[in-house]
Amino acid sequence: MDINAGLDLKNAYGENEEIQVVAFKLGREEYAVDVLSVQEINRLLNITRVPRTAKYIEGVVNLRGNIIPIINLHTRFNIEAVGDEEDKRIIVFQFDDTKAGIIVDEVSEVLRLNKGDIEETSRVYSSIDTDHIKGIAKVDNRLLILLDIAKILGA
Amino acid sequence: MNMDMSQYLDVFLEESKEHLENLNQKLLQLEKNRNDIGALNEIFRAAHTLKGMSSTMGFEDLADLTHHMENVLSDLKEGKIEVSSDIVDILFKCLDRIQLIVEQIETTGSGIMDNSDLISVLENVKSGSLEVASALEKEIRLPADEEKEAVLTPKEDKSKRFAFNDYDITVLREASSRGMKIYYIRIQVDPGCLMKSVRAFMVFKALEEEGEVIKSIPPAQELEEGKFEEGFEVFVITSADKEKLVQNVNKISEVKIAEIENIEIATVSVSTGEEKMAMQTSAESEMEKKAELGEKGAVSSGDQKKQVHKVRQTVRVDIERLDNLMNLVGELVMHKGRLEQIGANTKLVELNETIEQIDRVTADLQSVVMKVRMVPIEQVFNRFPRMVRDLAKELNKEVDFLMEGKETELDRTVIDEIGDPLVHLLRNAVDHGLEPAEERIKKGKPAVGTVMLRARHEGNNVYIEVEDDGAGIDIEKVKKKAVEKGLITEKEAEKMDKDEAIELLFYPGFSTAKTVTDVSGRGVGLDVVKTKIESLNGEIAVETKPDKGTKFKIKLPLTLAIIQALMVAVRDEIYAIPLSSVDETTMITKNDIKIIQGQEVMMLRGNILPIFRLAELLETPGGASSEDEMYVVVVRKAERQIGLVVDTLIGQQEIVIKSLGKLLSGIPGIAGAIVAGDGNVRLILDVATLF
Repeated sequence: MDINAGLDLKNAYGENEEIQVVAFKLGREEYAVDVLSVQEINRLLNITRVPRTAKYIEGVVNLRGNIIPIINLHTRFNIEAVGDEEDKRIIVFQFDDTKAGIIVDEVSEVLRLNKGDIEETSRVYSSIDTDHIKGIAKVDNRLLILLDIAKILGA
Repeated sequence: MNMDMSQYLDVFLEESKEHLENLNQKLLQLEKNRNDIGALNEIFRAAHTLKGMSSTMGFEDLADLTHHMENVLSDLKEGKIEVSSDIVDILFKCLDRIQLIVEQIETTGSGIMDNSDLISVLENVKSGSLEVASALEKEIRLPADEEKEAVLTPKEDKSKRFAFNDYDITVLREASSRGMKIYYIRIQVDPGCLMKSVRAFMVFKALEEEGEVIKSIPPAQELEEGKFEEGFEVFVITSADKEKLVQNVNKISEVKIAEIENIEIATVSVSTGEEKMAMQTSAESEMEKKAELGEKGAVSSGDQKKQVHKVRQTVRVDIERLDNLMNLVGELVMHKGRLEQIGANTKLVELNETIEQIDRVTADLQSVVMKVRMVPIEQVFNRFPRMVRDLAKELNKEVDFLMEGKETELDRTVIDEIGDPLVHLLRNAVDHGLEPAEERIKKGKPAVGTVMLRARHEGNNVYIEVEDDGAGIDIEKVKKKAVEKGLITEKEAEKMDKDEAIELLFYPGFSTAKTVTDVSGRGVGLDVVKTKIESLNGEIAVETKPDKGTKFKIKLPLTLAIIQALMVAVRDEIYAIPLSSVDETTMITKNDIKIIQGQEVMMLRGNILPIFRLAELLETPGGASSEDEMYVVVVRKAERQIGLVVDTLIGQQEIVIKSLGKLLSGIPGIAGAIVAGDGNVRLILDVATLF
């Protein structure tokens, strides 16, 4: 599955078409990823540390017999973790042949975005490098930063 | 009656590869002993089959090439030309080309290739003209046909066995009125034939060149699925004569006409009864036939005993399915482990008894699945004689290549990976190991060098050795080279002992060949071999003696999927160490640790072992343990023992290795992960790359 397809907005969607995104909080900012690339959302599982690897690799978890690497975006992009431990979630993504998860501070909701709501720009102030950003969406008074999760996970 | 060819492509490819391998082997045999008629016959037969197969599949270029090969081979067989090394070379070249075509078919589906170069050479080689050869062929074939007809069973009304319906009868009548003949043909298929359905298809195709097949037993659909035993029967209407049909069918290998008979329309009976009746009668006649066959078999058992041997029943299974099965068994073993933990906690007698039973069954299941995945290493070895021969020729060396233990079985995954490293080692042995003949003679050694390839089981491991009786590794040269390449300093070189110097061979980018040959020394060296073998959880060691030779010894685990491991704890983390690399465990106190040249060491029965603290190697978070006593796991890396300090020994456990995935591959010291009984992930240590 090409997750870019959902976010390649100009080509893939007409004016009124919608995409569904999962919105989540990371530090004080709110981000979103295409729901099609998300396999599932879990509570924090027991994470086993993997030595001798990049700092932002939080470790691996057992997801019904599959070993899934978990990436800590806080460490990766130097974002301060906020909120309750209770609210933290793991979002697991599935690409062609790789699965990986990220830890987020809170999953807000799954929502539909109109193409018109999305500004296709990477010129946005955020903690995450602009390379990894697909665009921003304005929903009511919120700003959602759309992430290029495939790029972040190196898939 | 149309059958789709594409479904046979896989079978075709697989069978072609088998024939190719066989051809290569037999050709080598023929090269060694030029009077080996058996090998020659085998080559001829395989080439012939290949030709038939490829032309049926519509790969004309391949068919054409094999056809010309066959012509030369038939001349060889008849003694019209002598087997010479030139001819063998050309035949080898043809095999290479065939291989190329087959590979092309596999990847692109197209078998188009220009072989005119080889064909013209083949034509030059061949004595006499093409016509002569084919005429001779006919001469041989015709008497054989007569013989076949002579052994036909006494006349009986074949059509009575068949339940013709009204439509069939109409067709038969009409054909008869147009002066066409109806033949009943019983086809026999070689019991060892693997592509029965294809053979059936080929027979149909051959017959339909001349007429129409109107009925077959079993029905065409079942033939298409290969659902028949020794043969099948067909009715054909044709305007051609019997000989033409026989000729067409007999061109197909592994198939022959057992019986052919002209049938008069008057004798064809109409099945008037219900379907059921018809079924019954045909079933009965089926039984009769079987009985008849049995009798015949008994009569001619004297000279046909060889053919009667029971064909082993085998099933070809997609490797993916086996992998799935293996995964499921792995999962089962894991859950069994969980159950065992629960059982140990609850201490319920009944539960524990049941768990014991499950334990036994899973152990059996595991070993069965394991066996299913085992493949003889022959698969890999078989291509080596040819390779070594070519190499020796290229380098102008004479090599006696010997292989032992071809039947040694290894897990499929290992088999797939081990080929390239072995190729490299063999190339090394022939190229760098063996001296040129003059030098060998000067040293008082036989001019012909020997290269040995051995495989054998030992415990849970397989050992593969590549040994040559060449010059041995020149330690000084290795050191000099390493200094030149900047791998080590002059000072380091001086201090190095023999074993350490040999280790240098495995450094990336190391190559000792004086001149870069086409054969080896292309920059990728033994380091690649070593990496590959370590990725298979194996080890490689070298023994060498000046002027006596060199031996590369590879140790591989039997399987990669389920292993025994020692579970250890360091601070809050638990790791698994494959038992295959553990020599023993022991307990020491702080006082037992000495320091030599900045390295912590301990004494173990008079030997000094370097020791490493696992917590430090893995940078495990948490404070150092203050206990005076500590556990040491003595592990073996290549041929050296190393002590690994851990906090606790948890115990031995059967573990199912899982990959960490693409994102986390290649971490030094980590071989994979397991899901432990409590559902947590634990990492498996890779001793070979840990230090």
